[in-house]
Amino acid sequence: MCDTCGCNITPGNKHLIEIKGKLSRTPDGKAAIDVLQGLLSENDHQAQHNREHFDKHQVLTINLMSSPGSGKTALLEATIEALGDQLSFAVIEGDLETENDAQRIRAKGVPAIQISTGSACHLDAHMVHSAVHQLDLGKLDILFIENVGNLVCPASFDLGHHRNITLLSVTEGDDKPAKYPVMFRAADVMLITKADLLEVLDDFRCASAEQNLRNLANPAPIMEISAKTRQGFNEWINWLEHELHHYRQHLARGEQLHPKIQVDGHDMHGTQHVLHHPAHD
Amino acid sequence: MHELAVCQSIIDQVSHIAAEHQSHVVEKIYLQIGPLSGVEPDLLQSAFPLACANTAAAKAELIISKLPIRVRCKSCQAESEVSINRLVCGTCGDWQTTLISGNEMLLERVELQTEH
Repeated sequence: MCDTCGCNITPGNKHLIEIKGKLSRTPDGKAAIDVLQGLLSENDHQAQHNREHFDKHQVLTINLMSSPGSGKTALLEATIEALGDQLSFAVIEGDLETENDAQRIRAKGVPAIQISTGSACHLDAHMVHSAVHQLDLGKLDILFIENVGNLVCPASFDLGHHRNITLLSVTEGDDKPAKYPVMFRAADVMLITKADLLEVLDDFRCASAEQNLRNLANPAPIMEISAKTRQGFNEWINWLEHELHHYRQHLARGEQLHPKIQVDGHDMHGTQHVLHHPAHD
Repeated sequence: MHELAVCQSIIDQVSHIAAEHQSHVVEKIYLQIGPLSGVEPDLLQSAFPLACANTAAAKAELIISKLPIRVRCKSCQAESEVSINRLVCGTCGDWQTTLISGNEMLLERVELQTEH
């Protein structure tokens, strides 16, 4: 949600803007200021700065979100193995503690910046900004941001990324999209991970997981994959390559790519913004 | 719980608005929250006293309007009020809908004490 294009004006609050001026007085003489600004406007402002920074260097930035232990790092390791000789990657790792995940990525020869959030349950745009300045974006094709393992909080914070990927491992249960609708509604792709375990699990139905995602009005593609056996990897790699191509086409037209969830407010919110290059890096 | 982070952001914005209007006392803060924003109004209320301590909003009342989730069907164009994990058309049952409201996370209005 942004504060510049009017996407925060909904049928529910439109009358406030139309009827009242910005500053009025209450009956007892207090100053009343109508604001209608996103509660996270400072984060959103920083996120937009990040996005402009990524776009200046043509780096497709993908936010990975899921429960802890659903296989985000394993997916990245396998993706680097599959595409590392064709594309240049970097990873920003978000965890409450430890450098373990960053070390696993570095062991594959890919730069990784670990953000230790302490007690914070999500990454925000400011944390990502600090991490980005430790990376040489000029050399990258794709930047992955591995968010803190959490199906609730990360969904509320724009980081400046272009796509959201939500992982659902088959050991978690096929009703997760119904239980965590805010997170799964935001997914541009849902990856059903650890799919090699499906044959020994009798209580996870991919069709139910899909139905639960569609019930959120989310048309996102769904892929069943396994980082261990590489099941479904062709489809995943094709998707990544397609998105990179799609992103570069957007940039060539001077348009900015946002996660698709913003398309929902199509009549209130432009799906693309004109690209402005920041004056500084 | 990210509601504390959201409260801190509210306090930053409200303090800025108060300073712009030469006010040292924020009396009321009105928010609009839709369920799909991912922010829980009750948790915001409990986090607010922690975030507002020693600020211009230290004694402010936080007033939250909870907005319903409404969708418009892409095939039959009907509008329906729906539940958070079932954003399907209430008329024809199609899941391909567009959200009209329900993801709001807005600072709507601030009331300040001023000299004049």
